[in-house]
Order: sequence, then C-alpha cells, then structure tokens
Amino acid sequence: MFEYAPAPESRSVVRLQPAYGLFIDGEFVDPTDGDSFPSINPASEEVLAEVAAGGAGDVDRAVRAARTAYDRVWGPMPGRDRAKYLFRIARLIQERSRELAVLESLDNGKPIKESRDVDLPLVAAHFFYHAGWADKLDHAGFGPGPRPLGVAAQIIPWNFPLLMLAWKIAPALATGNTVVLKPAETTSLTALLFAEICQQADLPAGVVNIVTGAGGTGRALVEHRDVDKVAFTGSTEVGKAIARAVAGTDTRLTLELGGKAANIVFDDAPVDQAVEGIVNGIFFNQGHVCCAGSRLLLQESVADQVLAALKRRMTQLRVGDPLDKNTDIGAINSAAQLARISELADAGTAEGAQRWSPPCALPDRGFWFAPTIFTGVAQSHRIAREEIFGPVLSVLTFRTPAEAVEKANNTPYGLSAGVWTEKGSRMLWLADRLRAGVVWANTFNKFDPTAPFGGYQESGYGREGGRHGLEAYLNV
Amino acid sequence: MTATAMSARSDLTELGRSETALRAFLHNLPGVDQVGAEQRAAQLGTRSIKATAKAWAIDLAIRMVDLTTLEGADTPGKVRALAAKALRPDPADPSCPHVGAVCVYPSMVPYVAEVLRGPAGGAGPAGAGAAPAGVVHLASVATAFPAGQAPLEVKLADTRAAVAAGADEIDMVINRSAFLTGRYQEVYDEIVATREACGPAHLKVILETGELATYDNVRRASWLAMLAGADFIKTSTGKLPAAATPPVTLVMLEAVRDFRAATGRQVGVKPAGGIKTTKDAIKYLVLVNETVGPDWLDPDWFRFGASSLLNDLLMQRTKLTTGDYAGPDYFTRD
Repeated sequence: MFEYAPAPESRSVVRLQPAYGLFIDGEFVDPTDGDSFPSINPASEEVLAEVAAGGAGDVDRAVRAARTAYDRVWGPMPGRDRAKYLFRIARLIQERSRELAVLESLDNGKPIKESRDVDLPLVAAHFFYHAGWADKLDHAGFGPGPRPLGVAAQIIPWNFPLLMLAWKIAPALATGNTVVLKPAETTSLTALLFAEICQQADLPAGVVNIVTGAGGTGRALVEHRDVDKVAFTGSTEVGKAIARAVAGTDTRLTLELGGKAANIVFDDAPVDQAVEGIVNGIFFNQGHVCCAGSRLLLQESVADQVLAALKRRMTQLRVGDPLDKNTDIGAINSAAQLARISELADAGTAEGAQRWSPPCALPDRGFWFAPTIFTGVAQSHRIAREEIFGPVLSVLTFRTPAEAVEKANNTPYGLSAGVWTEKGSRMLWLADRLRAGVVWANTFNKFDPTAPFGGYQESGYGREGGRHGLEAYLNV
Repeated sequence: MTATAMSARSDLTELGRSETALRAFLHNLPGVDQVGAEQRAAQLGTRSIKATAKAWAIDLAIRMVDLTTLEGADTPGKVRALAAKALRPDPADPSCPHVGAVCVYPSMVPYVAEVLRGPAGGAGPAGAGAAPAGVVHLASVATAFPAGQAPLEVKLADTRAAVAAGADEIDMVINRSAFLTGRYQEVYDEIVATREACGPAHLKVILETGELATYDNVRRASWLAMLAGADFIKTSTGKLPAAATPPVTLVMLEAVRDFRAATGRQVGVKPAGGIKTTKDAIKYLVLVNETVGPDWLDPDWFRFGASSLLNDLLMQRTKLTTGDYAGPDYFTRD
C-alpha cells in the first residue's frame, strides 16, 4: 500500500496577534463598547485570536470615514491612479499568498491545497482584473464617464472569506467607490490581514474599512442611512431581510444567495471527467459553496455505471487536517453548520433516501462530516429542495433531456448548473433552458474574474465579475 | 466472475472478428474531456509525498524501471554495462533493489542475456550473491520499431528473432498508419499475430500516443490493444518529442481499470519517454495509486521506460538514507 506520510504546511509563516481591533480610516481601533469574540480553528477548536465586535457607533464611524475618503480622495482620483493602488494590492497578495492561504485554512477549515491553488490565485486575479478596468470605464459599454455610487456596504460569508472580499472590494474600488466591509463572524482573520496589506500599499485612509462582528453589526451597516450601495453574499434568509431593510430607499442592492444546483449527466458524457466534476461540484470546500452541484441528475441508462464510478472515486477522498497538503476535504466551518448538515442528512434518511459514505476516519476534535451521497432521492425530499451547504449529494435520475430541464429548474434557486454530454447541440439546447446564472459545460466550479456570476429567483440578483459586475457599482 | 462479466468477456473476444463490430465498440467508448483529464492529472501532481512514503516510492520506482538504450550507436559493450547496472544500480548500497528490465534492440539482446542470465544461458545472474532476489527481465523492441512501417512478415520475424535471442518481453509498436485511417481490424490482427510470435514472452504494445494526438484515440487504441491480447500497454517509443504525459497515462490507466472490470484480465501500463526525475516518477505512482489502486503498484503491472531517471532515483535514495546529496560522479553513467 502507498501510504502518504503527513505533509503539513508550516504555520510559522502566519504571525497572529492575540486580539484585533476594527480597521477604520486606515487604522486599527478598538470598538466603542469594547466587545470581542473568539475566532476559532474549526479543525481543532483552538482559539486563534480575539476579534472586535463592532457596534452601531463603530459602523457609523466607518461609514463616515468611507464617505470622507470618497468625497476628498478616492472619488476625484483619476482611474489610472486608482489602478496603481489596485495593482499594488494584487502584487502584495501574491507576495503574501502563502501566509494568507495558511491563515485561511486555519480560520476556515478548508484544505490548504484549495486555499493555495484556488482561493489565493483567484483573489489576486480579481484585483489584477479590476485594476485593469479602473482607467477604462469609459469604454465598458455604459456610455462616457460612468460615475461611482459612493459608499458601498459589503457583507460577505464564511465559505470563501478572502475570495468574497476580493469579489466585493476589487470592483468597488476600481469603479471609484469606497467600502465598509463586514466579514462573517467565524472567518474575520484574513480580512484583517488584508487590512494590513491596504496599509502596506499606502491605500488612502478610509477607502477600505473593515468592521468585524456578527449579525447585529451587519444589520447596523445595512440600515445605515449614508450607504449608497449594499452588496451581500450569504444565505437567502438574511438576503431577504436585507432586501426588506433597503426597500423604499435609494440604496442600490445586489444579492448573491443560496443555491441547489443540478449537475446533469447524460449517457454520452465523458464518464471519468464527469465523476471528477461531480466530486468537485459537491465536495470542493466541504460543499460550503453556494453554487455547489448538490443535486446530481443522472440519466437512467447510465445511472448505475456512474454511481459505481462515483463511489469508487469517493473512497479516494482524504478527509482530515486542513493544513496537510494531501487533504481533499477539511473541517466544517462551525458547530452550528455541522448541526445543520447533520439535521438535513438525518431528514434524508428519515424520508427514505439511501445514505452512503466511504469508510473514513474523522478526527476526534473539531467539526467534521464525512462525504455523503443519498440515492433514491425524490424531488419532494427536503435534501432535494433545501440547501445543505455541506458535503452531501442528493442523487436523482431522469429519462429524457426535457425531464432533466424540468427537474433542474424545479427549485426556487437558480445560481448554477452543470451539464455533461459530448454532444454540443444538446449542451447548447440545455444552456438555453436552464434557469441558472452559470451553466458549466463538461466542468464545474470554474471561476474567473472575467465571467459574470449571479443568480435567478431566490439565488439573488445582480452580477459579480466581468463587465456586468462593474455595473453594480456605477451610476449608468 | 459474475455472469455479466462472463458474457462481456465472450462478447469482447467476438469483436476482433469483424471490422464493423470493432469500430462500433471503439467508437462507443465514453469520450475523454481533454480539459478535465488534464486537470485531474495536474491535481494529482500536487500530492506531497514525503519521508517514509517517499522512500517507499523511490524503491518501487527503481524496481519499475525498464532501463533503456535504443540507439543506432549501441554496442555490445554499452549494453553489457547497462545490464550490469540493472542488476546492481547502486554498487555502494546492497539494499538498493534491481530494476525491472533492460530494454534494447533485438540485435543487442544476446549481450544483455549474457550478463543477466549468465554465459550461454547458464542459470543465475552474474554476481548472483550480491544481487537482490527476483529477476531482471530482458525486453526488446521489435516490429520495425519505432515507425512500424514494414511488411507484417518482417515485423513478425523481428519479434521471433528477439525472443529466440533471449528476450522475455517484447515491446511492439502499433500500426498508427492503419489506426489513423480507421483500419482497426488491421491493427488488431497485427497485434494478435505478434502476440503469437512472442510465444511465452510478454507483449507490451506501444500506442505512440504523440501520433494519435487525441485522448479519445488513446482510449480507443488502449482498448484495441487489450482486446487483441496485450499484456502491457505503453505510451511511446521515446523517439518523438511528445512522449509520456500524466494525462495520457491517466487515460490509459482508466482503460486498464475498466478492461479488468469488464473481462477480469489485468493489463499493465508503461509510460515511456520524458520521465527524468524522481519527482516525475512519484507523480506517476500517485496517478496509479489513485486511479487503479495498489493492484498495479508492482513492477509486474507498471513500468517506466527511461534511461536517465534511474540515476536521479538513486541520488534521491542516497539523500534520504544518508541525509546528504552526493554529486553525480558518485553514480555510474553507462
């Protein structure tokens, strides 16, 4: 047997402070009420650092700093100068990518191979891409001289902490807006390291403000009167609450919410790559992916063959220490999320679906969930309808292309979909009919700053990335 | 064996009797998505193999090397030296295993046999006391290697001569000309005929994947070779710049895995050409481990066609055991 010896990435590259303040107006400051909460490593439950909990007063300070920076510095600054700062930030991210990747894995629980090979390269790419736009906005197709909106309030989730920060901050800054960003409460640390990078890049004070905290902090930010734009990525439930809070004001809003994507495999699919795509679709980042391919739709004529190949492949998945370079599946981000995944998986069993996981030993401490598939799932089961946001795949079958489209679209969500077929005409036929913001053809979970990303219906509205993403931060 | 596997096996042997059936079967194999296959191979290339795992992998890789020289300038002296090295790759360390095989042109087979099997076919390798247990195989390329552009009778005579001279493994080339024009029956029949000419010798079938160009073709050629009786499928002659790559090897590994599931017969895989470093070799072993599993992690089922790879393996092996890097002059060059 070929037993891979442990290959842990060194933690020494990360120097954590015991406690972090809020990043407002270019400096780390203490919250006015002095409250804080611990950020823990979900793989070991150790406390990594104390993080400040921003209150309404802190949010107000941050918004005022952002407003001043917008009025005096960033708004009037020529695009080519804004670009210089963004390029500088992008290069610093590349230079410090190992440090950022290790910290992301420590704080979030995702395997180092993903933070190193997926998250960080994409983070840098987003800054480089948007830096390129900063002095070319006249030519982005919105007419001459498109104006920024002003101060953007941005709230991001815990699944891709730094990448979601990049998706939010890079386009906002490139288009001339200033930002107040609130990271998710379980994953604040890379955002705070990013604040250090802003200092290192000499970014003018107040252009980027980072206010850490939980739901209350986010609410104060969204409801602040002097915010021109709210951008949120997270759960549909919170997204709806934000939409209600912003309704009736002239604050612009984009929402990127949940998903229950169909990954559709036809009988003429490239089977081995489809199996990789299924695995990537649902087990990438522990399934903590809004566009995860959580519903596998198999054509009945190949269902048994694909399932057998999928199970064989799943036995190869290595679950464990996120910092081990050979780990494929890391820790679930929090106890609360683990409880939600477990509850939905139990509901799957109770409703009569067949549960299967490969044999795999889970660590004693921390939050873990073995990669799991459910077969015999019906459209009416909760695990076919609700977003699980974990490494749990529901397998359904179909007979005809029309039935595949009907089942894929039969969800209140519509963020992404995958189609596996070697027949180009069928691929295009499906892409036309699937109600999803992204349709991946013979691949899954491919991201690029040039490609717009966003959803239908309960998956939200607005697009991020590409030329379309700029529009969300411009008066056009 | 299950009833399905049994019937699949008999169905598959029927295929070789009809061009139409063969074509229908090969063209019905699932396609290979190029981007996906390359991505998977690249992902497996990022596995980090350290410490005990590395030591284990290096020894296994040494045992899998088909130590090769295929030059017009090969002489008896050159191949004898290579054969001696095959038996004892690291004279300074008796715990170092011997390689899997020596691979030469048919005319050089007798000189290699002399060293590996003793003079005049005598029993036991020369210097047997020092050599580790097991046997170093004697492989010979045949069938008008590397182009294969010769009449079938010539190719078969080439094969018989190599076996008669002492080769116990034959590396043949497929008829790419026939394959690319869709004359699958002709390719099949040539392999069957060569298989017969091999007698007891093992047959490795070189697909020359660089000339087949697409992964779909690699998969089809792999199945065609296995259906016709190949014991091993091999990527390349090593005579083209486009030689073995991880994704090509991945596609071939998937083919041998699926072929065993369908027929019960296990076929080996040999990437050849361009594998020069320990790091490369370990990437291939990871590919084997995570695609077909431990059943193939054995010199009987996986080989590296290489020449310079061996010295890098020896250097890394010495580094692991002693903690020091020795210079290239401390390893033999033959």
